[in-house]
Amino acid sequence: MTAAESDPDVGLAATGVSRSLGGGLVLDGVSVAPADGSTVGVLGPNGSGKSTLLRVLAGVLKPSAGRVTVDGQDLSDVARRTLAQRVAVVEQHSDTQIPLTVRDVVGLGRVPHRRAWLASSATDEAAIHEALEQTGMTTKASQRWQTLSGGERQRVQIARALAQRPRELLLDEPTNHLDVQHQFELLDLLSSLPVTSVIALHDLNLAAMYCDEIVLLDQGAVVAAGSSADVLTEDLILQVYNVKAEVTTSPEGHPHVRFLRN
Amino acid sequence: MSTVTTDRGTSTPPAATAGAARSRLPALLLGGCLVLIASIAVAVTIGPADIDVSDVWTTLLSRVGLAEPTLSVLRDGIIWDLRLPRTLLAAVCGAGLAVCGVVMQSLLRNPLADPFVLGVSSGASTGAVLVIVLGVGSGVLSMSGGAFLGAVASFALVLTLSHTLGGTTDRVVLSGVAVMQLLSALTSFIVLTSADAQTTRGVLFWLLGSLANASWSEVTTCAVVLAGTLLVCSGYARSLDAFAFGEDAAATLGVSVGRTRVVLMSVTALLTAVLVSSVGAIGFVGLVLPHAARLLTGPGHARLLPVSAVAGAVLLVWVDTIARTVLEPQEVPVGVVTALIGVPAFVLILYRSRGAQ
Repeated sequence: MTAAESDPDVGLAATGVSRSLGGGLVLDGVSVAPADGSTVGVLGPNGSGKSTLLRVLAGVLKPSAGRVTVDGQDLSDVARRTLAQRVAVVEQHSDTQIPLTVRDVVGLGRVPHRRAWLASSATDEAAIHEALEQTGMTTKASQRWQTLSGGERQRVQIARALAQRPRELLLDEPTNHLDVQHQFELLDLLSSLPVTSVIALHDLNLAAMYCDEIVLLDQGAVVAAGSSADVLTEDLILQVYNVKAEVTTSPEGHPHVRFLRN
Repeated sequence: MSTVTTDRGTSTPPAATAGAARSRLPALLLGGCLVLIASIAVAVTIGPADIDVSDVWTTLLSRVGLAEPTLSVLRDGIIWDLRLPRTLLAAVCGAGLAVCGVVMQSLLRNPLADPFVLGVSSGASTGAVLVIVLGVGSGVLSMSGGAFLGAVASFALVLTLSHTLGGTTDRVVLSGVAVMQLLSALTSFIVLTSADAQTTRGVLFWLLGSLANASWSEVTTCAVVLAGTLLVCSGYARSLDAFAFGEDAAATLGVSVGRTRVVLMSVTALLTAVLVSSVGAIGFVGLVLPHAARLLTGPGHARLLPVSAVAGAVLLVWVDTIARTVLEPQEVPVGVVTALIGVPAFVLILYRSRGAQ
């Protein structure tokens, strides 16, 4: 949308997407076209449609109107497997009853790349190894998923997503269960990766620090989109979150939001 | 939004490593197959007639034309017409039930799922009872034919019901339980109101499972369907792996969730129907075996499926041997023995894996 180089025919893009769930309109004519390699933050209050937008982009939910495209091709014309080879998703909650090790979970990221009946290839092994390294989980590779803390689980899911070797990475509130240090580590990692990331976030200041572009949703519609300085204004925050805030510019040059008591 | 404070915040014991316990698949399978062959050979010799392994070998060779028949007709008959088909049918059924259990548990993300949860076995019972007791379609339908039709019909009922109720995996399990209860009640009603004592005993024996009437044609049918199912399911092994974190996660890993579910449920229901119509309802193998095999292989289905099949085969060969010899000359229904062994084993397995929950 606003970033100069963004083009709906390159990468993953939503154009005028609407989606109703349980009778109500959860997404209402949303368009997003992340620039190649950029980090896009999706902000908005609870129930504003962040998760639904990510699910529609991931192809898990079909839009009731509008279209989602990958390199200009409609998502409904792309095979699930082909899509999973380039778009990876990290859900907000993930759990399993099955006794899996960290390595097992990361190995799931190779599922879309593997053929039936064949053993894993050297590429599979390399991708798993690299994903474990990138997320700092190598030393825990043989540990059980069930013994991990919330933050570690989140990192393992990101490692799994990276093992898919995606070009686009969709994350639904990945910082949700993390303490401040791990929130920073995670977003440092994500913004350093050579992939296009679309991240649903709650924390406005984290979004301002790490996102190249911010899409602000309210009641399923895009209220504002663009650079953090364009979107994170006192007026828009009051309008969307119904909270007074003071926005200053940090020494690093991005906006800093300070909420005020009424 | 709550904030979990540290990486060390959980109370579960650290480093429960599962990787070390996993042996290589070819070694496991080779070892398993050797154990299976030895089990079959030994199981055939156990029983009232005095037979040893070399007799079994002689019979086998002479039947395929590689040796002169040296055994008496009676002993040859006992081996070839009674013990061998029975033991092989036990092996095939054990393998089949275990494979169905593995697939159902992964697909429905429910550690309690087994072939019977889909209502298939109770449908088979009702079908068989209708044929035996009420004579529905008698002359055209055999008891096993009735069982097969009943199994397929009840499976269709479960799927229709679960689809109407919302189509999620827990709805499938709940629909299966509901249909199972309904059909069991129906079966009991028919038996109690219409059958004489002799028929009731026959029906009951069959409801609890029996390999006593094994024939070579049943062995062949079950083996062919088992082989087909195993082939299809192992082709979907990675998709089954991907179901670990749920259907949405599987979808984002490139699995066509709807198609996978329909294909795998259909083949496992068909296999269950074929097995149940041959040997009756043998419970607990499909429930317990996958959990036990997972301890050996780890969670990957490419290993889990074949290893479960072999383990299930070995288990049922021995269970049936116990069932037919322990109270000689009377037979204990094989389903009774699987339950008596299965329940403590199940509790033990759950106890050992409690840290993972």
